[in-house]
Amino acid sequence: MPETKKSAPNEIVPPISLRRRCTDHFMTGVAVLTVVLVLVPLFAIFAYLVYRGVGSINWAFLTQTPKPVGEAGGGMANAIVGSAFILALASILGVPLGVGAGIYLAEYGRNRLGDVIRFTADVLNGVPSIVIGIVAYSIVVLYQKHFSALAGGVALAIMMIPTITRTTEEMLLLVPQALREAAYGLGIPRWRTTLSITLRTATSGVLTGIMLAFARVAGETAPLLFTAFGNQFWNLRVNQPTAALPLQIFNYAISPYDEWHRQAWAGALVLIVLIVTAVAAVRLAVRRGTFGAA
Amino acid sequence: MLLCGLAVLGTLVLIVYELVLRSGPSWHAFGFKFFAARDWDPVNEKFGALPFVYGTLVSSLLALIIAVPLSIGVAVFTTEMCPPALRGPLSFFVELLAAIPSVVYGLWAIFVLVPILSNYVQPFLSRTLGWTGFFTGAPYGISMLAAGIILAIMIVPIISSITREVLMVVPQHQREAALALGATRWEMIRMGVLRNARAGIMGGVILGLGRALGETMAVTMVIGNRPEIAKSLFAPGYTMASVLANEFSEATGDLNLAALIEIGLALFLVTIVVNALARLLVWTVTRGQPSRANA
Repeated sequence: MPETKKSAPNEIVPPISLRRRCTDHFMTGVAVLTVVLVLVPLFAIFAYLVYRGVGSINWAFLTQTPKPVGEAGGGMANAIVGSAFILALASILGVPLGVGAGIYLAEYGRNRLGDVIRFTADVLNGVPSIVIGIVAYSIVVLYQKHFSALAGGVALAIMMIPTITRTTEEMLLLVPQALREAAYGLGIPRWRTTLSITLRTATSGVLTGIMLAFARVAGETAPLLFTAFGNQFWNLRVNQPTAALPLQIFNYAISPYDEWHRQAWAGALVLIVLIVTAVAAVRLAVRRGTFGAA
Repeated sequence: MLLCGLAVLGTLVLIVYELVLRSGPSWHAFGFKFFAARDWDPVNEKFGALPFVYGTLVSSLLALIIAVPLSIGVAVFTTEMCPPALRGPLSFFVELLAAIPSVVYGLWAIFVLVPILSNYVQPFLSRTLGWTGFFTGAPYGISMLAAGIILAIMIVPIISSITREVLMVVPQHQREAALALGATRWEMIRMGVLRNARAGIMGGVILGLGRALGETMAVTMVIGNRPEIAKSLFAPGYTMASVLANEFSEATGDLNLAALIEIGLALFLVTIVVNALARLLVWTVTRGQPSRANA
């Protein structure tokens, strides 16, 4: 049966030559191969993280500060808390600015200035994080005369703003125009409409953007090197050097001590679990939320 | 709200202002020769950025050479070949690759990639391709090659996700027309899809380049951090971003600091140009005129 089916069109269209069919199969194979090659490092990284990390995480790791070189034990509790502290500072500075700029772009930004700001945000998004570290150094550290959690927070805030701005704008633009018109029709002033109608409707989308920006900067090391600087002890003062998880991982990874390598893996596992949880939560929220299509 | 918008603009202006202001001393001392001189000698206050520029360019180009074919392959597979059920998980995994912080990439590279390179890959390369001069020298693992490979792994998600986006806006009738003319699937992809998406793919590649140029931590951890220019990819190198990471907080004098900031300024300007170019290319494609790419 298949024979007759195949031969019928062959009378009109000449059969596809062997060379062309082979090329087709070959290129399909190549494409599959590239996928495998890309996924291998991904799985290798996660496998190693789990393999080296799980064995090194224990209660002490999560609750103690680092021990001096040569002594076993100790942990990264101060770095975990320090990271959270710096990220909180960054969010306090970055989120209102980012959301505000997003609102401006969506509601008032249909003009030349809006285009300029939109482009600026995109450009800022591509600035290398180490350069942002330099800027935070020269506007905060040089005036304070010492490294501080605040400087780290400023650096991370600058990195969060463009992402938050652009996603906020996109999410607000998805809110139907009719909602705004209805509010105007009821005599509600424009600023009130924006805050309690438009922004309110787009809340889940805006939160998604904030979480994505948060996840992106949570693992940043480069801008913290000469702003937050790191610290072997507890610190929750804004104007003092503060430990951060990515920094601690970096310092331990390039150190010559096995004990510290072990802790670097454990720290990396903690970091990645936090970030992946955040990203997965965002995906879940987006799928459930009103703006699933975005 | 306008204030917030202006703050975004202000941030960029502030970045430029601070970088220009603080790099002034170095600019006055060395002028354009800064980027042509090879010595980096903080003790005698002689600074030349050429080894760092070279290291940044070579490691990024190496990363592109490895990453571009891989990412295009992945994008083509996910949009044109794979069963719909696999599409979601596959793009999720590739996105996951983008969510891993660069310090974790570096950690993995130091303890897994570098030993593999020095034990297996480098001896093999120097046996088979040693005559080219690119693969000679002691196989320490820590090298320009390691930096290029880890960068490649890091930029694959960017290039492939943008390529995927661009491929998806290629009109369906282009594919149908090619198939109706008797093209095989690969011929359809090559002539009907990839050719139409050229400009957008180029944009994705340049965006990946921008990321590679500025990438700091993972590279710093595996490149070896020696300001030398060597032909062999097995030799250690240094990049603009990693010299900042290593020496900035330990700069010894004003001139040293200014020289480092000038490197930062150069890095900033290059990435801005690269990114603007990429955005422009992606934008021309996704804003609905794929036919223009044919011209």
